[in-house]
Amino acid sequence: MFGDYSLGDLGAIFAMQGFAGLILFSVYVLMALGLAIIFGQMGVINMAHGEFMILGAYVTWMTSNAVQQFAPWLFPGYFFIAMTLAFIASGALGMLVEWAMIRHLYKRPLDTLLATWGLSLILQQAYRSVFGAREVGVELPEWMMGSWQATDSIQIPINGMFVMALTILITIAVAYVLFWSSWGKQVRAVVQNRVMAGAVGINTEKVDRYTFGLGCGIAGVAGSAFTMIGSTGPTAGQLYIVDTFLVVVFGGAASLFGTIASAFSISQTQSTLEFFLSGSMAKVITLLTIVAILMVRPQGLFALKVRK
Amino acid sequence: MINARFFNRSELIGFLALAVLLFVILPLSLDIFRLNLVAKYLTYAFVGIGLVICWGYGGILSLGQGVFFGLGGYCMAMYLKLEASSVENTKIQSTPGIPDFMDWNQLTALPFFWKPFHSFPLTLVAILLVPGIFALIIGAAMFKRRVGGVYFAIITQAIAAILTILIIGQQGYTGGVNGITDLRTLHGWDIRTDHAKFILYFVEVVLLFACIIAAQFIRLTKLGRILVAMREQEDRVRFSGYSVANFKIFAFCAAAIFAAIGGAMFTLEVGFMSPSFVGIVPSIEMVIYTAVGGRMSIFGAVWGSLLVNFAKTSLSESFPQLWLFGLGALFIAVVLAFPNGLSGIWADYVQPRVDRLFGSRKSGWNDNSVADGAPAE
Repeated sequence: MFGDYSLGDLGAIFAMQGFAGLILFSVYVLMALGLAIIFGQMGVINMAHGEFMILGAYVTWMTSNAVQQFAPWLFPGYFFIAMTLAFIASGALGMLVEWAMIRHLYKRPLDTLLATWGLSLILQQAYRSVFGAREVGVELPEWMMGSWQATDSIQIPINGMFVMALTILITIAVAYVLFWSSWGKQVRAVVQNRVMAGAVGINTEKVDRYTFGLGCGIAGVAGSAFTMIGSTGPTAGQLYIVDTFLVVVFGGAASLFGTIASAFSISQTQSTLEFFLSGSMAKVITLLTIVAILMVRPQGLFALKVRK
Repeated sequence: MINARFFNRSELIGFLALAVLLFVILPLSLDIFRLNLVAKYLTYAFVGIGLVICWGYGGILSLGQGVFFGLGGYCMAMYLKLEASSVENTKIQSTPGIPDFMDWNQLTALPFFWKPFHSFPLTLVAILLVPGIFALIIGAAMFKRRVGGVYFAIITQAIAAILTILIIGQQGYTGGVNGITDLRTLHGWDIRTDHAKFILYFVEVVLLFACIIAAQFIRLTKLGRILVAMREQEDRVRFSGYSVANFKIFAFCAAAIFAAIGGAMFTLEVGFMSPSFVGIVPSIEMVIYTAVGGRMSIFGAVWGSLLVNFAKTSLSESFPQLWLFGLGALFIAVVLAFPNGLSGIWADYVQPRVDRLFGSRKSGWNDNSVADGAPAE
């Protein structure tokens, strides 16, 4: 499969496919971060996670339209407003869902999967009714368009770089919140021993609600970032949900670092293979490899050693 | 091994009611189009019965039943397709004698894995063996390494995704996204006529009852008890000297084979097979039917498949927008409020009244109450 390319070409191909992989990596990481918090920390399987992401994407789309209409001078920076709004909208919906549904199901993790699947159907149909079945795309501000010419043969799109920078920032923020803030310590205390955490005065119900809200909020931000690189439709979330679950499981459910490492390896494998094989075969091989590795090492790449 | 009675009193009533409905009432009251629709719904009941054994009793939630349904269906479709693409029928193709989609994709010879499907007996064996062996491999790989619960669900879901992508991607070998269509005869017998559909319906109902009895047999033997014990306290069963993995593999394979029978019947009833019955969405919908009917009840699974699909058809005919809202809400309601589904509602609210009405003893109902405990995990 390498026969027709010279060494220089191959280098450029790997660099550009590598970068395409990095964009995929960003989407995976942003989606998987929220899922890793909800699934890894709380044990809830949120099949509606993709729909929370799409909510963020639609919020971004609406903000972009509103800004264009009413405050065109704000347009170059509208994305930051949109991201904040997306976080708030998805987070608020997440907290509502936790209150109405999830909190009754903490003892039955498999049932959360079924219930959130029902939720995802409702949300999808709601998007279709409100926004229409057609895919929508946002207009990028001028400074995000175009690409940066690294060498003669390597071009790197600016919106991709922006999304990546954003991913890194959000990852650092999430790591800070979970591992160093006092709230994050409460979350981890509740996860490790709910009864004890309650006994020392942590309001476990409140922690649950905010944790779920945070996870969904990050999904909203992911959706917001997603609009920068692709268009949004009512069922776009479903395309990513299985991949994202595999990313989280493959990385080791409770390990944030594992999630990032597995998102990186999966996205790079897939995008590099995509150039040489057809897209579907690249995906099949990637997924098969993950499933095979998971059969050998069910606990994932980086398993936390927790006494159960 | 087996309890004194194969069906207790209320199960016997359920069995007879279902038999009367499916054998007498529906064929007499519905026209052939509607009867064919019922036959299509019933193919999901096969999957549901498998899920009751595997999920309700064994506590193993598989989100990949569409894989086995699809494998069974594709095996049957491959046989029918080969029969439909005889040399006379396909003489306008550049390579006569191979299915039309292969010709469109510039294939000049039949791929090796299609060859066994020239023979009807081999096809029947393949319908049971291919999904069974596939389930055996997956099950052995996962359960021997003690992968269970949520992880198993996610991995089976990934397998469903992989198979769908593979089928769609390998158009020349599988018919791609359209699936295998234009099926005509089964062993020389035209399956598209009304008469054939009528007969196929009865074949299917007989098979369904065979599966119900097989599932009831599994449930009542020691095997069923061990499955329930495993679901409730896996470690205790393991420490008692049972090989937990082997029992789980058995339950998973049984569910796969039931699903495959359903899939093969689906191909016969509907006349085509496509990847849209294999992937993640149909797999989860099959779990929905089972959950609505009651994950602990074999009859519940049949009723669930019938009612949810009936609602789906009638609602999506008249209010296409409402259908997904309704399905989603139904599902959330069932999971939150009625984890044992319709059969749970029946057992909790209707059955006591019926008993009071007829002034009967309460015994008999409790024979199998071990099985009617809390839902899995």
